[in-house]
Amino acid sequence: MTEENLRVAKIKNGTVIDHIRAGRALQVLRILGIRGDEGNTMAVLMNVPSHKLGKKDLVKIEDKTVQASQAQLISLVAPEASLNIISNYEVREKYKPQPPHIVEGLVRCPNSRCISNKPEEPIVPKLSVESQDPVMLRCVYCRAVLSGDEISTHLVE
Amino acid sequence: MSAHADVVDISDLPRDELEGVFRVADRIENREIDLSHSLEGKVMALAFFEPSTRTRLSFESAMCRLGGKSITFLESVMTSAAKGENFADTVRMLDYYSDVIVIRHSVEGASRFAAEVCSSPIINAGEGMTYHPTQTMIDLYEVQKCLGRVDGLKYAIVGDLRHARVTSSLIRGLMMFRPDMLYLVSPERLRVPEETRRSLSAAKVRFEERTSLTEILGSVDIVYVTRIQKERFGDALEYERVRGSYSFGEDDVKRMKRESIVLHALPRVDELSPAVDKYPQAKYFEQARRGVFVRMALLHRMLSGER
Repeated sequence: MTEENLRVAKIKNGTVIDHIRAGRALQVLRILGIRGDEGNTMAVLMNVPSHKLGKKDLVKIEDKTVQASQAQLISLVAPEASLNIISNYEVREKYKPQPPHIVEGLVRCPNSRCISNKPEEPIVPKLSVESQDPVMLRCVYCRAVLSGDEISTHLVE
Repeated sequence: MSAHADVVDISDLPRDELEGVFRVADRIENREIDLSHSLEGKVMALAFFEPSTRTRLSFESAMCRLGGKSITFLESVMTSAAKGENFADTVRMLDYYSDVIVIRHSVEGASRFAAEVCSSPIINAGEGMTYHPTQTMIDLYEVQKCLGRVDGLKYAIVGDLRHARVTSSLIRGLMMFRPDMLYLVSPERLRVPEETRRSLSAAKVRFEERTSLTEILGSVDIVYVTRIQKERFGDALEYERVRGSYSFGEDDVKRMKRESIVLHALPRVDELSPAVDKYPQAKYFEQARRGVFVRMALLHRMLSGER
């Protein structure tokens, strides 16, 4: 299969996330909170040919807008990803999300002994982005580290 | 140090600030300055959610010698925390009662969180398996006093490097200096976490992991011994597997250079033999004594507005 003959029906309104690193589409879906039973029309392509990346994943979701905070997390698990906002079959906006310096209230600290995991405390988890390639986050409170691959399994519910 | 800066991690103080604390400590020790009225009217809250004897008394002694007063909150027995009050509410209350809050806690990140919640400066007096910044200041000050410098020396850090906060903090402290060599000596099960190896490499600190001190004793300048942190083992069986797996004794100290030193944050259990005490290299009691000068210097710089 070549990139040219990679044809999936266009969506009318929604979001296309392109240039996701091969194998990371399921992490992107987790960040978007998609479990599969939402009823949106959706296409997930994985490990398809890409001029830019060699291989890539791609996600198309009908009637779904991506929040800015979700886009930040996507930039961490899929640094090359681009987001296309589709309106009436046309690309209305296209952008490459930028990684944040601090991830606040989106990802839990991996350390169960950390104060940010104590439900009785009025605290919002905060992790600083220590490096982008490979992605490494560090808890501002306890210094525990979280790798990019662990982000999607530590999302704040 | 800017007035009211928090000291949660050793890396909160840049190297020149640390050296500033050492200079004041040195002048206090040499009786070159009289700070006995420096913090008159100031109140230090000691919030100790985990048992401690020497750290707490050392802070209390430091505050007394600076003319200030301290109020104490001990563990959670007989306090509101035992009634289910959260940590944030407890430290907020202490914030109203005092000018500086010194916290010891088993929950990791508690001091950094307190620094967000409180307007008074926070000093972390030991937390979880990661932080003990004032102990590291004392350790580095002792090295400076005994050997005239911190840079360019060979350090052997020995013991439970997986759980001990004093060694975790000391290793981060040494990353601000330029040690000639850092030997990390521990039983296989108690090695430093992968994250420490990564940080040392990133900081370009030369280090080597070993399971025995034997071959390096004759060349090192500092042997820093730490006990097995029994209280950090979730599983009693796991503790039994490593109990007594290393100890530093008379035969070891005899192989060290005459001018080298042995340090320990104390308390010790069986990892450092009392037979070592009589040798000139044994500096751990002096290290504890100097702890008061270092904590005086830190409190003075944080609260008096003077440098």
